[in-house]
Amino acid sequence: MSIDKDTVKHIAKLARISLDEKKINSLSKDLSSIMEFIEKLNELNTEKTVPLTSIINASLRSRKDEMSDEKIRDQILKNSPEKNEEFFVVPKVIE
Amino acid sequence: MAGKKFDYFIKGEKGNWEVIIGLEVHAQVLSKSKLFSSSPTKFGAEPNSQVSLVDSAFPGMLPVINQFCIEQSVKTGLGLKAKINLKSVFDRKNYFYADLPQGYQISQYKNPIVGEGEVILDMPYGTRKICIERLHLEQDAGKSIHDMDPDNTFVDLNRSGVALMEIVSKPDLRSPDEVNAYIRKLRSIMRYLGTCDGNMQEGSLRADVNVSVRKVGEKKFGTRCEIKNVNSIKFMQMAIEYEAKRQVELLEDNKQIDQETRLYDTKKNTTRSMRSKEDAHDYRYFPDPDLLPLNLKQSLIDKLKKELPELPDEKKERFIKEHNLSSYEANILVSEKEISNYYEEVIKGCDKKLASNWITGELFAVLNKKNLSITQSPVSAKNLSALIKMIASGKISGKIAKDVFEKMQDHDRDPQQIVEKEGLTQQSDPKELEKIISQVLSKNKDKVIQYKSGKEKLFGYFVGEVMKVSKGKANPPLVNEILKVKLK
Amino acid sequence: MANISDFTLTKLVAGIKKKDFTSQEVTESFINSSEKSKKLNTYITKCFEKAISAAKNFDKKKNYKGLLAGIPIAVKDLFCTKNVNTTAGSKILHNFVPTYESTVTNNLWSEGSFLLGKLNCDEFAMGSSNETSFFGNVTNPFGDKLVPGGSSGGSASAVAANLTPATIGTDTGGSIRQPASFTGIVGLKPTYGRCSRWGIVAFASSLDQAGPMTKNVEDCALLLQAMSGYDSKDSTSVDTKVDNYSSKLTEKVKGLKIGIPKEYRVENMPNEIDKLWKRGIDYLKDAGAVIKNISLPHTKYALPAYYIVAPAEASSNLARYDGVKYGHRSKGNNLFEMYENTRSEGFGDEVKRRILIGTYVLSSGYYDAYYLKAQKVRQLIKNDFDKAFNDIDAILTPSTPSAAFKMGDKKDDPVSMYLNDIFTVPINLAGLPAISVPAGYDKNNLPLGLQLIGKAFDEQTILNLSLAIEKRANFKRKFKVWWS
Repeated sequence: MSIDKDTVKHIAKLARISLDEKKINSLSKDLSSIMEFIEKLNELNTEKTVPLTSIINASLRSRKDEMSDEKIRDQILKNSPEKNEEFFVVPKVIE
Repeated sequence: MAGKKFDYFIKGEKGNWEVIIGLEVHAQVLSKSKLFSSSPTKFGAEPNSQVSLVDSAFPGMLPVINQFCIEQSVKTGLGLKAKINLKSVFDRKNYFYADLPQGYQISQYKNPIVGEGEVILDMPYGTRKICIERLHLEQDAGKSIHDMDPDNTFVDLNRSGVALMEIVSKPDLRSPDEVNAYIRKLRSIMRYLGTCDGNMQEGSLRADVNVSVRKVGEKKFGTRCEIKNVNSIKFMQMAIEYEAKRQVELLEDNKQIDQETRLYDTKKNTTRSMRSKEDAHDYRYFPDPDLLPLNLKQSLIDKLKKELPELPDEKKERFIKEHNLSSYEANILVSEKEISNYYEEVIKGCDKKLASNWITGELFAVLNKKNLSITQSPVSAKNLSALIKMIASGKISGKIAKDVFEKMQDHDRDPQQIVEKEGLTQQSDPKELEKIISQVLSKNKDKVIQYKSGKEKLFGYFVGEVMKVSKGKANPPLVNEILKVKLK
Repeated sequence: MANISDFTLTKLVAGIKKKDFTSQEVTESFINSSEKSKKLNTYITKCFEKAISAAKNFDKKKNYKGLLAGIPIAVKDLFCTKNVNTTAGSKILHNFVPTYESTVTNNLWSEGSFLLGKLNCDEFAMGSSNETSFFGNVTNPFGDKLVPGGSSGGSASAVAANLTPATIGTDTGGSIRQPASFTGIVGLKPTYGRCSRWGIVAFASSLDQAGPMTKNVEDCALLLQAMSGYDSKDSTSVDTKVDNYSSKLTEKVKGLKIGIPKEYRVENMPNEIDKLWKRGIDYLKDAGAVIKNISLPHTKYALPAYYIVAPAEASSNLARYDGVKYGHRSKGNNLFEMYENTRSEGFGDEVKRRILIGTYVLSSGYYDAYYLKAQKVRQLIKNDFDKAFNDIDAILTPSTPSAAFKMGDKKDDPVSMYLNDIFTVPINLAGLPAISVPAGYDKNNLPLGLQLIGKAFDEQTILNLSLAIEKRANFKRKFKVWWS
């Protein structure tokens, strides 16, 4: 299956990555060849196969409803490129 | 009650249109900590003070599920008489937004924890069964604050990761009134269960509304639009009405309805299309590889079922059958857990029917006037019970009771004390009453003559005078009896 | 006198205990060799001052209890280390300093060791040659222009060149075993769920596992024991006892049944790989093992399935890198522009390719045809292994289809790069443990490794078998130190 430029643009938008024309072209080529490689799976008839749901043969473990008291706001905000004392700061969304 | 017909239609130019409504209710689970992290969930905390490394999606962080949240959603499912799925799966719903630090929300897609259920509504035109499609668990997002800075949005992740139950109804609702009843009923059930506090102002209960229209008699569903972010029942009702009319207008004009998401503008009372990115809806769901499938044991479901409190529908049935209350009264008494608690406390010491009357009548009048909830009632259940007991035993008359009731509202005064202190005990001694009646009649000899010659209305006048003299304490039925005899 | 930095981990632990040398002497030796080896570009962050300080502290307190008492260890820069820059080899995290420590590294420090530095790797662990790191390529000690393999290229190179006594890497499709094979060291990927993933920068959640990379098998057993264990903070961590891999390590493998899967004899398989494989079979026969021919019919579908599942999970795991909470942030006129610029500038080409493929195979209309299909194939591959393991104890295969190749060789064709993982990927899909042990040289005197695959949580058996091979192969890391 070849991935044309419009498809590349569409997935890049979903993945929130901006691409210039040159990149779109080279990615179209690369992704197409990867998809061709992946399509080998079509040789297999898997109609009756149940897909793997987890590698581990166990049930989801749960924890008790206990809350941790730690207020680590400064730790949480520490690495943010833009913040003030209380919030993460980001450019406005256009709605 | 019965006999009234359903009559909510949009009157178009070419006939009547039915409004089809489905709701997706998001209810915050009452729990100490979040769904996949152990941060606290209290409302109103300082920004970003209830946020862990997991909630803010730091590299290498992983989710661990809260057992209590699982149980809360099972309980809610049981309250909706729904099928509990012993196996369910958590999926990632992928999209980008400032208040979604992971870039995905952990939710449930094809295998939710709860399947089909139902909610029964009591409408003026009869009982309506609203079917529930499913209930699933998911993470709440944080909050984006747009109006604190002209160029920037501030992000608070306190709410990020709080457990939500998403309850999806089938498109069974047919009017804004039914939507109101449905949300109130759902809220009431969850409050009875203690699984959600249903506080719409604090955002612990929110709903997205799906609206479509079709000509009356038509079987096929029309194209629906989703209205998001309506945070009160009143606005929801207004939004539905506006949207239904908008759709009817388009269709009668032979135009198509675009399936889209719309926002309700509370100021203009209109809905408008979200400037949506068409691809915004490709959530690319897939099972979350940081979690395993959830397998519930039937023994857990059975245990939770046993521990369920009596729910509004059952309580209502019991009140009607065993307490002899009317459907109308029973409905009011069970509508809120706090009201039924109050009622059940009151009837510990007095007659049920009287209790019901007093609560739904006098008490509610006071609460409404002073804008109080029953938990803020100026009169406690214990004292109201004592008051009603005195009426039933004849110690005080109904009328006097009303006065006592008013006096009780001052710091929840003990009614027995009031009656004793002010000497309000009903006068039921026939000898005493005879004295008073004789007194009244002898003072009004002319009127007695008028009465005996046919002016029967004067009976009330005599009663009134007896009441005046006795300062309202005369036992009214006895007065009537004795008066009748004396006036022969 | 032999250089301290030439010693194995086991010898160093024993030496410190016996007081043959101090922790400070050991640390200084490795710092010395590391400082001389800048050309290899194995380090992203050096923690030499802190390490000396920790070593001095250790020498003062003399607490010899831990399995790794007094040992400095550099780790792959995918493990979050508290207050130490953690980059995942990426520009988008170039300035990220975690306020927390990963469970696995914490386990190491609890056993008495301390951090020497953070080692270079392919960006977000995506690569097979350590040519995608924002911090530049890593070179293989075996040759100036040679790749060390990837994604744990910095780790492999550092161990091979004696810049760290041992290290830990991560393996998603072969990222420990393949570079181990290319640099002549031992690398083990444990059973999925053996080691905690908490605090490791996630690539593909259902495939990632941390594992030891060491000079020999004995060291590998020791390090595996130190790093393994149940972690309640990781829902995929398995609560099963950690064996005393070290003390139970033995060459005695008589009677063990070794499967030789015919499907691993791929088309155009280089002669020397085939020969190496046969030598491995002979070594094990010599040790008393019984050889059986087996079939893993779905082997050839493993790589395509992997290149659906791994990118899909990665595309979601890497969505958090949006410039809001940490890391690089680009300018943008609005939120979405900021996202797009940040991720465009912050991610390298290979990461972009995989995110896009991952996004595509999960997208509307394609989920069933790709992702779901790949998960079905994954089940079939797992079934193949489960069936085979009914009759055998381990499987022997080559680790890689070739020795280390030249830098830039596979740059133009992503798929040819992916083919490096052909022998290693099926094991990640099945969640089984596997080890690469150096067993020979190719015609250019470049190392070649043999892979042993074990049953779930049976790391002991493959360690024992690799010890048997190690003793017989008598492999010596021979290279000229051309870089200092």
